[in-house]
Amino acid sequence: MSILDAKIPEGPLADKWTNHKNKIDLVNPANKRNIDIIVVGTGLAGGSAAATLAELGYNVKTFCYQDSPRRAHSIAAQGGINAAKNYQGDGDSSYRLFYDTVKGGDYRSREANVHRLAEVSTNIIDQCVAQGVPFAREYGGLLDNRSFGGVLVSRTFYAKGQTGQQLLLGAYSAMNRQIKRGKIQAFNRHEMLDLVKVDGKARGIIARNLVTGEIERHSAHAVVLATGGYGNVFFLSTNAMGSNVMASWRAHRRGAFFSNPCYTQIHPTCIPVSGDHQSKLTLMSESLRNDGRIWVPKRIEDAEAIRSGKLKPTQLAEAERDYYLERRYPAFGNLVPRDVASRAAKERCDAGFGVNKTGEAVYLDFAAAIQRYGKEKALTSGIENPSPAKILELGEAVIENKYGNLFQMYEKIVDENPYKTPMMIYPAVHYTMGGLWVDYNLQTTIPGCYAAGEANFSDHGANRLGASALMQGLADGYFVLPYTIGDYLSSDIRTGKIPTDTAEFDEAEKEVKDRIEKLMGAAGQHSVDYYHKKLGKIMWEKCGMSRNEKGLKEAIEDIEALRADFWANVKIPGSASGMNPELEKAGRVADFLELGELFAKDALQRKESCGGHFREESVEQDGEQKGEALRDDVNFKYVSAWEYKGEPKNAELHKEDLVFDNIELKTRSYK
Amino acid sequence: MNLTLKIWRQQDATATGKIVDYRVTGIEGDMSFLEMLDVLNEQLIHKGEEPVVFDHDCREGICGMCSLQINGEPHGPDRGVTTCQLHMRKFKDGDTIYIEPFRAKAFPVVKDLMVDRSAFDRIQHAGGYVSVNTSGNTIDANAIPINKDDADDAFAAATCIGCGACVAACKNASAMLFTSAKVSQYALLPQGQVEATDRVLAMVNQMDEEGFGNCTNTGACEIECPKGISLENIARMNREYLKASAKG
Amino acid sequence: MGGLITSSIARKVAMALSGLFLVFFLLQHFTINFTSLFSAEVFNEISHFMGRNPVVQFVLQPVLIFGVVFHFIMGFILELKNRSARSVKYAKYDGGANASWMSRNMILSGLVILAFLGLHFYDFWVPEIAYKYINHLPEDATRYYGELAHKFESPVRTLLYVISFVFLGLHLWHGFASSFQSVGFNNKFSVAATKFAKAFSIVIPLGFIIVAVFHFFNH
Repeated sequence: MSILDAKIPEGPLADKWTNHKNKIDLVNPANKRNIDIIVVGTGLAGGSAAATLAELGYNVKTFCYQDSPRRAHSIAAQGGINAAKNYQGDGDSSYRLFYDTVKGGDYRSREANVHRLAEVSTNIIDQCVAQGVPFAREYGGLLDNRSFGGVLVSRTFYAKGQTGQQLLLGAYSAMNRQIKRGKIQAFNRHEMLDLVKVDGKARGIIARNLVTGEIERHSAHAVVLATGGYGNVFFLSTNAMGSNVMASWRAHRRGAFFSNPCYTQIHPTCIPVSGDHQSKLTLMSESLRNDGRIWVPKRIEDAEAIRSGKLKPTQLAEAERDYYLERRYPAFGNLVPRDVASRAAKERCDAGFGVNKTGEAVYLDFAAAIQRYGKEKALTSGIENPSPAKILELGEAVIENKYGNLFQMYEKIVDENPYKTPMMIYPAVHYTMGGLWVDYNLQTTIPGCYAAGEANFSDHGANRLGASALMQGLADGYFVLPYTIGDYLSSDIRTGKIPTDTAEFDEAEKEVKDRIEKLMGAAGQHSVDYYHKKLGKIMWEKCGMSRNEKGLKEAIEDIEALRADFWANVKIPGSASGMNPELEKAGRVADFLELGELFAKDALQRKESCGGHFREESVEQDGEQKGEALRDDVNFKYVSAWEYKGEPKNAELHKEDLVFDNIELKTRSYK
Repeated sequence: MNLTLKIWRQQDATATGKIVDYRVTGIEGDMSFLEMLDVLNEQLIHKGEEPVVFDHDCREGICGMCSLQINGEPHGPDRGVTTCQLHMRKFKDGDTIYIEPFRAKAFPVVKDLMVDRSAFDRIQHAGGYVSVNTSGNTIDANAIPINKDDADDAFAAATCIGCGACVAACKNASAMLFTSAKVSQYALLPQGQVEATDRVLAMVNQMDEEGFGNCTNTGACEIECPKGISLENIARMNREYLKASAKG
Repeated sequence: MGGLITSSIARKVAMALSGLFLVFFLLQHFTINFTSLFSAEVFNEISHFMGRNPVVQFVLQPVLIFGVVFHFIMGFILELKNRSARSVKYAKYDGGANASWMSRNMILSGLVILAFLGLHFYDFWVPEIAYKYINHLPEDATRYYGELAHKFESPVRTLLYVISFVFLGLHLWHGFASSFQSVGFNNKFSVAATKFAKAFSIVIPLGFIIVAVFHFFNH
């Protein structure tokens, strides 16, 4: 029996959440006033949790490193948010959303958690509309939906390409209401540097005021970590520059198990890297694959000529192009899931067919769609024998209507007109499914320490479906955590205020200060970015889209060596007292240098291919699926949960076996 | 390309700052403006000097963290973009570029090019919300149909990223475009009607208390807004305010 | 006055309304002046009516003076407040990149107009008041045209008037159209209203210039 107890409620799947809510202990309103909760991170999960907890009557302190809670990186989510509303009457239901999510996650998530997510998804939409979130509407005044990520129903609610922004501003508005009531104290430009445990329970944090450099103690009866994912371990990702793993990692070092760190989602349609100066990658909405055709040149000489600028893509005839997704996956073509599309692009570029100067880009071509739409439009507008120029004009207008803002963004960044020449795209790290292990109540292995949103591992298994990240963040924050945390806090009503002048706080503060001193006192050879880029290169090459035993073992050694070098030779100008962004980055990179190693170690032990994790050793050997990812349900149908034991290499693996009572495990096939 | 940068350096909120000249070399057109500053900062770190501090985060034009007054314009010479999406191909080899913080009494400098925009947050605290509990017991999302044009206009107003370019561009450092975008979003939706009177009075009152200047309709804010927030919102807020004042 | 109307939007609306009132006055003033181009009799007749009608003299005139004074004082208060809203100035500020010269320099065009008003009062209003209420000179319903023509004999005065009207035009170019926005009028009629305001801000000052220049050359 594993030491991990997921605390999944008894009863049939569909009744578990209701039963659980009916049985858990509540805290009476008068007592809530005496209970403090710290929420770290103010994105969709943290912002919604903070607002709801404050609304219930708890005293909430929020922390974010940005200058305002509204700037958390949830804001950058484009596509939409799933909810099983079935407004379109196309057969959607909580069960179907549950089923799609588990299947999409390649059967590596917990049934009970996912079903709860699907159940509460409908509340999210009601809640957001009531808050004044301006979702897209139809002419009749009702909410519009679109289908997303190759699912069979239209269940995605959206606000143009800025759904994340609108939802986050909604959560932030709920926070504003509580800030005005005095129930939330917002500590902006603050970074959590450690978790403080008292008698084994999470009782506070040590935070640094990023403006003054002061180290502060904050106590609470429970700590919620909603600090997002760790995609920036790759240096280049679609995450914000400041996105980091520090809060989760500090909790991990204090005893919270870290789950499935190797599950990374690599998004296929990002704007390629243009050079060494690149600081981050920009995502182009997945919806582009509905109309764009992905290709590289058939002949390697043509690819070389394109790279050196001697040949233009538009000069290549149809027969000289390799539409490799359509070739390999005739059934799904360009619409294969994210992980499959990403790996296929990498395979072609590794084979030398890449089309930009770095050799890491493929074309996403709208010429065919422009022709098709142009002809359709001419027909429906009653234009007989339209000239080629007219068809082009009409077709471009249709494309502009659908993707205008994306095309404009592409042109701003790349300086090429995507209506005239194919777009270039390449996969980039986008989301991390792994995170702190949590039980059904979203509590980590540290009592009183909770994790919500992307920071926990719970709902997406080995691969996340499009438009589900926003759903999970808000579900956790608005509708799950506020209930489950009460169960824990009900035993704390007589505790009283947690003092911060205790030995535990002294010790934690000292450790934080020592660490800062050590960073500031290093020999001063290279900048923090120098190390971050090196780490990113190791991660991308050896723990990226496809992984193998040799590479992963090398990665573990390389990262360990790089970490030692970092601590000896990093250079941080300025001082620790006062604003010092280099020091902030150094602290984050130091943690990435530990997480990266655990990441590789996790990928090494998971010898199967599943979802975003592809092991070159585990592929189908023959039959129609030959060469595709091979999952191993006999040996790997578990959640890995790592316990901190000093160094990442000493981390101890615990396994939570996944039980599937309601779903039959199948092989994903897109042929 | 090689550039001369004239950058505002200021140790902290209380120190006096000054413009300092820097040279950067090897800048490529594909770099974003912030990546160009990354290059400068690498140079400075290498020399053991303190890098230039500036706000930035998502670097894809949506978080509203980046700012910078570049050659006298917020977010630089390009239109419809934030500084993180301004590319160096908009500049020429040998150019001299002034880089200053967004200036307003209500936006005190934190350090170098970083300013404190918490005044915006306080305006939002004053009334930027609908008072509805997150109980999950609200009415069905489709219970109240909303005219598509109103929903679209509300969305357009709600796309404000709160970067402060409107204040920085305005010769009076007025925050009317920011405040009106929020007031408009709720004014256009039925959910916002219930508290409309209190909201606009409270938000405008807070805006005035923060020390922003008055709007004189120069229109600079609309032109410099990276999200194209329309002046119509200001007119709408004026109307809402007059209506609310009449009600008392 | 700034203390009476405390909120920024209330001040803005007050500026707009007083401005609109003055715009209306300008139209009225111009219409009377314009008659001097073709008929001394009509001009005299209207001027005499305006000068002797108790409603005009003791109701409208004080209201107008209040409107002018209010608009100026509020303008100064706003200018001072707005200047203080940016305590540290930009080393480089490209105001022309995003806003018209007129909109950014209302205080300047306003000051020119204020100076002009001084001159104008000295030329017409002061002698008129002295004539009627201090010296109690006998009524003469035909004196107005002559007084007008006399004033524009001087090329310097004519030039000053012309320059002032140019600034009046610049002030109106931004101020008139902008007042609609200030009172919250922004809808499908806005484009037409703005066009009208812009046309007004050219036509009326130009008309004043024509009157001045006409009388300069007409003797």
